[in-house]
This record gives sequence, C-alpha cells and structure tokens, in this order.
Amino acid sequence: MAELDFEVTDEVDITDKVCPLTFVKAKVAIEELEDGEVLAVRMNDGEPVQNVPRSMKEEGHKVLKLTDNEDGTYTMYVRKVEE
Amino acid sequence: MAQKVDYAALKKGGYMRQKQKGYGSLRLAVIGGNLTAENIKKVAEVAEKYGRGYVHMTSRQGIEIPFIKVEELAEVKEELAKGGVGTGVCGPRVRTITACQGSEVCPSGCVDTYTLAKELDARYFGRELPHKFKFGVTGCQNNCLKAEENDVGIKGGMNIAYKEDDCISCGVCVKACRQEALKMVDGKVELDAEKCNHCGRCVKSCPVDAWEGTPGYIVSFGGTFGNNIYKGEELLPLISDKETLFRVTDAAITFFEKNANPSERFRKTLQRVGEEDFRKQLKEAYEGQ
Repeated sequence: MAELDFEVTDEVDITDKVCPLTFVKAKVAIEELEDGEVLAVRMNDGEPVQNVPRSMKEEGHKVLKLTDNEDGTYTMYVRKVEE
Repeated sequence: MAQKVDYAALKKGGYMRQKQKGYGSLRLAVIGGNLTAENIKKVAEVAEKYGRGYVHMTSRQGIEIPFIKVEELAEVKEELAKGGVGTGVCGPRVRTITACQGSEVCPSGCVDTYTLAKELDARYFGRELPHKFKFGVTGCQNNCLKAEENDVGIKGGMNIAYKEDDCISCGVCVKACRQEALKMVDGKVELDAEKCNHCGRCVKSCPVDAWEGTPGYIVSFGGTFGNNIYKGEELLPLISDKETLFRVTDAAITFFEKNANPSERFRKTLQRVGEEDFRKQLKEAYEGQ
C-alpha cells in the first residue's frame, strides 16, 4: 500500500452491508470521530465504491484517498469535517 | 330537448367521458409534477363535493378527478380556479410537461428541471397539433422521469473539464464513473471523451472539485410508450444553453406540425417521411441557422 501522509484514527469495514446500509454504517462510524480525524472505510467494488465516497462529500466530509486493495475491495480515507 | 354535449370540446379542456353516462374524469393542469398545498386542498374539496371523494394520479404526473357530472363541469372549473388549479388537456395537442425534482432539490440533478418545465409549458402547453405531443424533463442520467418515452425528452447532463492542478489523485472519480471513461495514469486522471455520457458523476463525487461541470441538455426525439413502444433517439450532441435548446424544440415541433398526418405520432411521421430532412433541420437549429 502507498504511504499515507495522514494519520488514521479509526477503521470500519462495510463489506458486510448492502446499499444503503453501507453508507449508514460508515456514517455512524464517522460520527464517533472528532473534527479533523480520519476514518478508513473498507468497502466492496461496484455500487459501494461508486456511491459511498460521494455521499461522504455530500455530508460535508473530506475524502482524502481511495485505495484499491486488489481483493475486490477498496479503502476510502475520509477526514471528518464538523458542520 | 336536451342539449347535445360536444365531447371533443370538453376533451380539449381535459374532461374525458366515463363509462358511466353523464360523468367524466377531469384532468388538472400540473407542471413538472408540482402542486402547492393550496392547490391540493382545493382539489380535495372539489373531489369531495363534486366527485366521489378521490383522485386518480395519471402515469404522467397528472391528477384527474373522476365522476364529475357534465352539467356541473363549468361550476367545478370555477371552483378549482379559486384554489389556483387549472384544467389539463387531452387530445391532439401538447400535453402535460413532466419533470423530476432536478438540481434544485436532488443531489444527482444536473439541471433545474422545474424551471425548464415551466418555460416549456408557457411556450407549448395545449398547442394544437396533428396528434398528442409529450415533453418530459429529467435532471440526470438516472432518468427518473424516463426522457426517452416522450416525443421530445430532455435530460440533464454535464460537459466536464479536468483541472489537473487541483487533483489530489484520490481515485474516487475513476470508480464513480460508470462508463469506464476515466483512468488514473501516473497520478493524473485521463478522460476517454468517446466513452463519456455526460452524467457528471465525476463532478459530483470529486472531493476537491477538480472536475468542473457545465450543465447541458441531452435531447431525444420520437419516443412513444402506448400501443407502440419506441425509445426516443438522441440526434444531437449535448446542448449547453437554453436558447439553442428552444431552437431545437421549436424545430422538432414545427417539423411534426408540418409533416404529420392527423392522428399520427411523431415517431410514425419520422418513419414515414424519413429522418434525413428532420436531422438536417435539427442540425440547423442546433447551429443557430
């Protein structure tokens, strides 16, 4: 995996959920964080990776990176932005 | 002697005779699927007082009040007008302009569909033609409003431009794109313009706004979804301004008006006279000639 130039505070795996619960699980996880902290979200290829990063943006958070884990999953790193 | 009822005239005013003698279903004017609370209250009141206490919702975002007595029709229309509710149309003319909620409400929307529906309504609604003619406006490629089932379907899209300096190489847009038009090469995104369908998902998903999207209109022609089913065809590139859009819609409706036989849908006209001339006229309208 490429070097990350930020620190990851928490991780959540949403590969066990289907849309729209993927986003719900990720949303609950990021709500636990403090402003500026980073969440790593592991998700499946396909619909989750097409939609979850965009939903995070629409919630006002900052997506930093999306990494291909080369096992059919991706990890999105997203920084929490408080309203 | 009882006065003879002119059903063709009533139909023009949105009143359709029912199986039950002396009754008809009254179609109401709706633009882009929106009614105000005041409108709906009046509709409910009229349905209770003059109808049978219910409304029917049509497949194209219309509302009808069934079981209106023909002799009470004038009074019903007067009553509806007090709540700002007009009547719709049936028969050979431009029908209800349908629309999804569009960019003013929906996160996926690329264009303001409701404003456009109102403009199309002002421009064309009720216009007499050889046969029915339908416009539908949908805000994006998700196509909730089924643009291609209309004689003229308008779909929101985006012309996109990549701002390389702003890109953080996160890779989100590459995955958000459903057309596989984007590729990450050495930390920069490459666009295959041939594959792009102007859906704007890259613009919507980019966390740093490194994709700039300019809204535009994708127009389809000759759709029909009744006795015969035919998907409207996109015959032009994305249109970026309303002036051009209206030149193009004017060209389509004028072509239909001039060439269609009575009771012939747009698609049938295009099939009968051939598309070549139509394409030529569309191109001229598109180029502003």
